[in-house]
Amino acid sequence: MNLWRDIRGTIEPFWVTLRNMLRKPVTIQYPEEKRTPYPRYRARMVLTRDPGGEERCVACYLCSAACPVDCISMQAAEREDGRRYAAWFRINFSRCIFCGLCAEACPTLAIQMSPDYEICNRDPLKLVWEKEDLLIADGGKDKEYSFYAHAGIGVGQPRGAGAEESPVADIKSNLP
Amino acid sequence: MTPLLVTLVLILVKLALVFGVILTMAAYIVLAERKLLGRMQLRYGPNRVGPFGLMQPLADLIKMLTKEDVCPAHADKWLFMISPGLAAVTALLAFAVVPFGPPLTLFGQTVPMVVCDLNVGVLYFLGLSSLAVYGIALGGWASNSKYALLGAIRGLAQLISYELSMGLAVVPVILASRSFSLTDIVNAQASYPFAVTHPLAFLIFLVSVAAESKRIPFDIPEAENELVAGFHTEYSGMRFGLFFVGEYINMIILGSMTTVFFLGGWHGPLLPPVLWFLLKVMAVCFVFIWVRGTMPRLRYDQLMHFGWKFLVPVALVNVVITGAVMLWLKG
Repeated sequence: MNLWRDIRGTIEPFWVTLRNMLRKPVTIQYPEEKRTPYPRYRARMVLTRDPGGEERCVACYLCSAACPVDCISMQAAEREDGRRYAAWFRINFSRCIFCGLCAEACPTLAIQMSPDYEICNRDPLKLVWEKEDLLIADGGKDKEYSFYAHAGIGVGQPRGAGAEESPVADIKSNLP
Repeated sequence: MTPLLVTLVLILVKLALVFGVILTMAAYIVLAERKLLGRMQLRYGPNRVGPFGLMQPLADLIKMLTKEDVCPAHADKWLFMISPGLAAVTALLAFAVVPFGPPLTLFGQTVPMVVCDLNVGVLYFLGLSSLAVYGIALGGWASNSKYALLGAIRGLAQLISYELSMGLAVVPVILASRSFSLTDIVNAQASYPFAVTHPLAFLIFLVSVAAESKRIPFDIPEAENELVAGFHTEYSGMRFGLFFVGEYINMIILGSMTTVFFLGGWHGPLLPPVLWFLLKVMAVCFVFIWVRGTMPRLRYDQLMHFGWKFLVPVALVNVVITGAVMLWLKG
């Protein structure tokens, strides 16, 4: 019966809305109730430190190059012991699209996405964060990782002493 | 002289009360609608301003009043300015004939609980609801915008079409109560409401009323496919607010008309009559809100088909049958 189906299809939705009206809303009342985002949630970036407490960033510009909206800028500098660092590091969060490409491009795990999503501001200039604002005192997601233990030869340790390196072969003694 | 003065004061007080109650109710129905629709969609609706969001209408009013009021460059200025008022006032005026309680005795005077008990109240109501068309037509035309004009034309066609079935649905009630006066119609329902004896007319009236107040399954004047606001595209600030509030006043008026014609007006056990009246009006308003939360919008041609090819013939047949039955019962 087509007509019967039509009538039922008209009446039934009323019951659905009435039933839903009496159910508890699923809304989270934001400023009062906050939900904790998952650890992998991609909100604002942080600059992390290695286990020794040093800045991880070696100012290689890879994040800046990977950034599709060009919101990351920095200036590389070199310490007296030859280790590179960022003289200044700046992220313009009013441009940032939180895509996570910078974090993926980073070879030192310095730049990471954090679950901190409350960075709204009425003044766009206040959304330009400098290195001091971005640096945290923690290793972030991989606390044990230290870039200079794997690479950065000649700065962290002598040649061949890195974590995944084999000792340097003495090419002179290796002659047949 | 004193009785005259007392009468005058009583009339003024009554007018002010009715005016105030309707406007407040219209504002709060907007809030109720937003909250109820929210609950139907498992969210809270406005709850930020005041306790439970009860000050929301006030906040909306302040916002509307302080917004920029734009008048398009080539608009017909006068018509553009008065048409929102026209839409709201025609809706308000219709309440003049609605009886919301039995006559009351105050200071030795009988005060009828109706602003003006016309003996052709039904005609007055039907006439005014036809006048409501002007607010839409002029609003759409005066803004000098194609979109507004299209919205207005659709609105006009809809209002005129559904006026017919509304008028026809009232005829059985007039036949049964043998009067055009709304007070008499309510009094005729002292034992049982007409919704019981004339269910078909009641349904037709309810559907037509929903279309008349431009509510959801029939809110073609708003927007169909151009995704703009329809006849009030060019309006902003309080002028838009007037259209908006006018719609809700209209909802109350038509709700009270449904109450008067079919739900037995102020008659009811236990509670005071005026309260019964209010409750019934609110129940009708709730049904409208419920429908809005449930039904999708009709397409324009479906709307016209439904009005002309279904509602009007059915209403006509209903009138004939009612008349025949009444003749048979009498003879």
